[in-house]
Amino acid sequence: MHSTILTKQFDVQAIREDFPILKIKVHNKPLVYFDNAASTQKPQSVIDKITEVYTSQYANIHRGVHHLSQLGTGLYEETRKTVQNFIHAQSEKEIIYTKGTTDGINLLAYAWSAAYLKSGDEILITALEHHSNIIPWQLACQRHGAILKVVPVQDDGSILIEDVKKNLTEKTKLFAFTHVSNALGTINPIADFVEAAKSVGAHTLIDCAQSIQHIPVDVQAFGCDFLAFSGHKLYGPTGIGILYGKEKLLEEIPPFQGGGDMIKDVKFEKTSYNELPFKFEAGTPHITGAIALKQAIDYVQNIGIELIHAHEDEVLRYATTQILQIDGVRIIGQAPHKTSVLSFLIDGTHPYDIGVLLDQQGIAVRTGHHCAQPIMDQYCIPGTCRASFAVYNTLEEVDIFIAGLKKATKMLL
Amino acid sequence: MSINEIQDQVIEDFSWYEDWTDKYEYIIDLGKTLEPLDEQFKKDENLIIGCQSKVWLHAYMDANVLKFNADSDAIITKGIIGLLIKVFSGHAPQEIADADLYFLDQIGLQEHLSPNRANGLVSMVKQIRTYGVAYSNLKS
Ligand SMILES: Cc1ncc(COP(=O)(O)O)c(C=O)c1O
Repeated sequence: MHSTILTKQFDVQAIREDFPILKIKVHNKPLVYFDNAASTQKPQSVIDKITEVYTSQYANIHRGVHHLSQLGTGLYEETRKTVQNFIHAQSEKEIIYTKGTTDGINLLAYAWSAAYLKSGDEILITALEHHSNIIPWQLACQRHGAILKVVPVQDDGSILIEDVKKNLTEKTKLFAFTHVSNALGTINPIADFVEAAKSVGAHTLIDCAQSIQHIPVDVQAFGCDFLAFSGHKLYGPTGIGILYGKEKLLEEIPPFQGGGDMIKDVKFEKTSYNELPFKFEAGTPHITGAIALKQAIDYVQNIGIELIHAHEDEVLRYATTQILQIDGVRIIGQAPHKTSVLSFLIDGTHPYDIGVLLDQQGIAVRTGHHCAQPIMDQYCIPGTCRASFAVYNTLEEVDIFIAGLKKATKMLL
Repeated sequence: MSINEIQDQVIEDFSWYEDWTDKYEYIIDLGKTLEPLDEQFKKDENLIIGCQSKVWLHAYMDANVLKFNADSDAIITKGIIGLLIKVFSGHAPQEIADADLYFLDQIGLQEHLSPNRANGLVSMVKQIRTYGVAYSNLKS
């Protein structure tokens, strides 16, 4: 692996050329886009593919015998293969198209719960979760009379494996946790979590919304049962995401939504369902989004996820040392293993004010609770400012951001 | 002065600011010097929740006019509150209920009233109008 890093060049300026939006100005200043954890920008290849599909390759899929339908179906299924290889799934049957991470988790919260969750059972999550990995499980627990338990988080933003083990019991049916925290940037020790869950016979779901674009994701190595992510945080289109599930478990789970494409045979007395993965893909999907997701994954793989990770790590480390030069800065989330997220507060200022004044300088950050209110409550804060980095961000942009932050702070204090 | 005369005045004042720094320094200053809201009014009934910053709004009749006091935990929000109070406070309820709010657009601060900002200001403006309607109904 070392040799690939040495032989392959990482040229961030060339990468920036691939993202047309990075050339725009905001409030007459060059855009510095540090809101990548919310969504990433799109490379030209993804944009071009979307145009190409609607211009010359578009029809509904899986239905027509005609040329365009066959062409579209082929492209749509090609992305599925690409995703399978990207996350090292055993079979295409394990790759289900969804609208995004939220949609995938909700699918499981209905369909998996229907098959596996009974009154008195427990579902375990962590205090680091995004609302979309909390609320679906709260609702599922309400429906089935099950109990939702939460693994606590240390003050530095990390989770101790002992705390995971303490909360896993023989009643735990599922341990659902995030790979990377969107609010703090913590990287969880995935393999340890899965192993602990397996030792009590619980299934595992990993929320990879914030890791798929930064860290190699390998379902075999993780050993997880389910995994979800969104295309739009991986330089791909919005409205398309992936739910991975082990084939055996997906076979046992009933369909979530009913409709076209998910059936084999429909009679009013009884419908038999289509095979995997189509059983979970009712209705006309986001065809163009799915097709163009391949371009996004190809883009990432052409650069190499390890190189991307190394670059983003450098940006994060540089930003972290630079921001600590500012008086009164408090970094929220200082786990030893972090990626791409710098969440912070500045004494005597409100995140909203900082966000507004950075925006005036062309710098896009996120402010607020980042849809992770429980972890904000733990720190007794209403929210933070969050700078989050992607493949195209540079150290020079960090300098602009730090200068902008100094200016904002000076104006406010 | 009528509500519209005050709005025109604010627009005129802002026309002197050449860049965003001056404009925002003025707003921040307004926020810092806004007449403080008495602690007794910072109660939940007066709280307008935006998911990013909180706003407390207190309304009361003084002779024939409706007056407002407000506060926020974010200073820019508070500065804009200062502008809104300057414009709305101290007018007949009916005039407040009927007012057309156009000055924020013209001074380039319209984005603070976009729902995306989630800062409580949108709801505050709605609440100000609701008080206007409520008190004008009460009188008639
Ligand atoms: C950790 C995490 N989980 C889930 C989600 C939800 O993703 P989506 O809105 O694409 O469904 C996000 C998005 O912010 C996230 O950061």
